[in-house]
Amino acid sequence: MAGPTIYGYLFGLPLTETLVNTWIVMGILIIISLLLVRNLKVVPGKAQVIAETIVNAIDNLTEQTMGKDKMGFAPYMLALFMFLLLANIAGLFALRSPTADLNVTVSLALMTFFMTQGFGLASKGLGGYLKGYLEPLPFLLPINIIGEFANPVSLSFRLFGNMLGGLIIMNLLYTALTGFMFFALVIPIPFHFYFDLFSGGLQSFIFVMLSMVFISMAMD
Amino acid sequence: MSGIEFIKACSAIGAGLAMIAGIGPGIGQGFAAGKGAEAVGRQPEAQSDIIRTMLLGAAVAETTGIYGLIVALILLFANPFI
Repeated sequence: MAGPTIYGYLFGLPLTETLVNTWIVMGILIIISLLLVRNLKVVPGKAQVIAETIVNAIDNLTEQTMGKDKMGFAPYMLALFMFLLLANIAGLFALRSPTADLNVTVSLALMTFFMTQGFGLASKGLGGYLKGYLEPLPFLLPINIIGEFANPVSLSFRLFGNMLGGLIIMNLLYTALTGFMFFALVIPIPFHFYFDLFSGGLQSFIFVMLSMVFISMAMD
Repeated sequence: MSGIEFIKACSAIGAGLAMIAGIGPGIGQGFAAGKGAEAVGRQPEAQSDIIRTMLLGAAVAETTGIYGLIVALILLFANPFI
């Protein structure tokens, strides 16, 4: 099992398979969103109905999880969810999924981590933020600090481990089925269904949901 | 058997042992699913909320198993001892 292929070097930085696939996912997302919001009307057409359904679903989820006063996070959460969903099911389209690379998942988790700290600081003020580390009892300070740093680690490792595990199992399966033409066509179908569609969709949902919970817990 | 081969063999055994961590999430997720089924049986109208909470809890319970998987993957594919 090799890591992502390195295609070449761009300004001294490695141009990896992960990077290229991330660009493909980003391009598809931009094209889809441009197509869906073209000529918006009061009486919606087909594309507008799809866009409104997606936006409404995320708005409802944000309202239920974070509360009405934090609805401003909904666009970020929708962008995160759509990116993760497309990146996780990229395996279906014979692309190495970008989230099976620790660099991608750690950067996404660090975004959540800094948002948690920043918005917590902004909404509670410096005193309230620092006091949060001394609760419920002052001598629990080291445990609270460790717990704060464990969040991004567990968030990134969960996504990475799930995606890479699925990728490795699929690769082992395809290697084992080499030479059996008929079985290689039929047997991987349920595995793709589980590892790419179910696991990928669930993990992107979990990632977004936990980000919401962390941020709203830090704010109030 | 040379030194490198010995390290590789031991790493393979260690990777297998690391995956014993899979027991924990198995128990935890099974418990979460069982309680979820009980809750749906008691309150069928709240099914979507219950399923969402259950999946979130199951995913958090999975974390320790994923740590074990990462240790096994590091031992197999990115061995720090060689």
